[in-house]
Amino acid sequence: MCGIAGLIHRDGASGIGQEMTSMLQALKHRGPDSTGFAIYGDAADGEYVLRFKVAEQEDLASGFKIHDQIKQRRAEVDDRLKSLGVDVSLAEDATEYAYRYKIKFAGDLKKLSDFVEDVEGAEILSIGNGLELIKDLGDATVVSDQYALGGFKGTHGIGHTRMATESDVDIRSAHPYWAYPYNDIAVVHNGQITNYWIMRRQLERQGQRFVSNCDSELLAVYTANNLEKGATLEDSLKQSIEEIDGVFTYLVATEDSLGMAKDTMAAKPMVLFESDSLVALASEEVAIRSIIPQEIDTWDPYDEEVRVWHR
Amino acid sequence: MAQVSAQQDDASHEMGMHTEQLSGRTQQVFFNLDEEGGFAYPDSFEVDFNKRAELDASNMGPKEVNAGIRELMKEGNGTIVLKNPGAKHSIGVGILNKLNLIIEGSLGYFGCGLVDGPNIRISGRVGWSCAENMMAGSVVIEKNAGSTFGAALRGGDLVCKGSVGSRTGIDMKGGNIIVGGDTGAFSGFMMQRGRMVVCGNAGKNLGDSMYDGTIYIGGKIADLGVDAVPGELTDLDKQWLTRKLKMYEILPEKGVDHFTKIVAGKQLWNYDNLEPTEKKLIL
Repeated sequence: MCGIAGLIHRDGASGIGQEMTSMLQALKHRGPDSTGFAIYGDAADGEYVLRFKVAEQEDLASGFKIHDQIKQRRAEVDDRLKSLGVDVSLAEDATEYAYRYKIKFAGDLKKLSDFVEDVEGAEILSIGNGLELIKDLGDATVVSDQYALGGFKGTHGIGHTRMATESDVDIRSAHPYWAYPYNDIAVVHNGQITNYWIMRRQLERQGQRFVSNCDSELLAVYTANNLEKGATLEDSLKQSIEEIDGVFTYLVATEDSLGMAKDTMAAKPMVLFESDSLVALASEEVAIRSIIPQEIDTWDPYDEEVRVWHR
Repeated sequence: MAQVSAQQDDASHEMGMHTEQLSGRTQQVFFNLDEEGGFAYPDSFEVDFNKRAELDASNMGPKEVNAGIRELMKEGNGTIVLKNPGAKHSIGVGILNKLNLIIEGSLGYFGCGLVDGPNIRISGRVGWSCAENMMAGSVVIEKNAGSTFGAALRGGDLVCKGSVGSRTGIDMKGGNIIVGGDTGAFSGFMMQRGRMVVCGNAGKNLGDSMYDGTIYIGGKIADLGVDAVPGELTDLDKQWLTRKLKMYEILPEKGVDHFTKIVAGKQLWNYDNLEPTEKKLIL
């Protein structure tokens, strides 16, 4: 059991960081192991926000050397960015092991990603014009405070509270997943994918790469692979219902849209609220009500239902 | 559990019914059979419908809300208005006596489960598994409901005036589920007894593996599940549908003549078709 939530404002930016924190905190009982946010702020022309980490949170308990190793790894990443011609205009420490850079880069994002992730312990959480992906161990309030998300303004976002069932409790296995190497695409998932290894092998043979053994990562890679071939987000969501086995409800966010798909068994919950100015989805209505206290009309999307909303 | 007499045993065999004696923990005695007037649960209360109280759930957790309802019933309040439930989970569960419970707002998951007797009105929506294992009484929801609506329902009327999610009435063993709108996939899955009425459309695999019971659909059926087959809509069916739907103010303008009746083909399972209450009369 995990909790997922999504939100898109159709009438301009709002306090999406605080809103997503409230929604995910209300879903804490569905997954206390880790919490993740993919939130979308204002896109700056020609500028990306790069979120990456060079260690897991639990690595900090592995000995005194880890602190020096983290510094060395970050320096190595900085060197590699420089060698690729990346212009870093802002470098912020989100935590000791996770960073937020503003960069300008006109080259191939896959090459950049592969080169950075070649550094030991390094993992790119996201690259986006608007997307910022944050995930760590702990509940929504803990992660939000740790990464100072309370003041984040944006138009939309998705998030996840994880109860680890298929893989480890670490940041690598936490959601959301960035649809590597496509900027601004992120995925959260609730469920189990039963043809994970078959699909993973197929995608790896097509040149896609995985960083974890979490079945949910498949949906991000799968979406990226479909978009690479020219499919629309809606096409990809519909196709996934045919091709992916298991029980799942998942959300995909892009630079300007939010999509959902529910499997053929409708075995995983999703409650939907839709108005002219706002669309909110969550595993439980109590999450939506955490940001909309008054009585609202909500409903459950049905089996095989696919929806896409634009901001 | 009372023993079945030899005479009852013979009668039930003649009718092709089963009389197996259950073993194990289901033999636990819940009632004092000698008590005059019959069967009062422990923790059920004598209440007066004219005595009314309100409870504001704004700043309360589910346990506090349920304890608050119990306390008000203990004081004899037969009409309780619950305000600001805020889609919290497991509200209004385990009420084992008559009660008018008016819920002003929406409930989360597992609302009104394991109840036996109360009449509950909900002005908002309910989440998954509303009224699971309800034994008697009524639960009426003005808006939509989530999946597994009325799972394992035993008795009473469970009514949603809007649309409901998937697996409605899964494993239901009695009572009536009545839906004003649509229902999702696998509705009536492994249904054993009771009646389900859906004024709108039904999703795929309707009535899959149903043992018994009856499903009435007013709209389109995506497809039928294994061993679910069309049945003849009789005048008695129409009268019953009309009465029930009128009672809950969701009778379609064009009436009920267009409803499709679905029953068990009984190729998978082999059961008699009497309601437990009807069986009791014969035994």
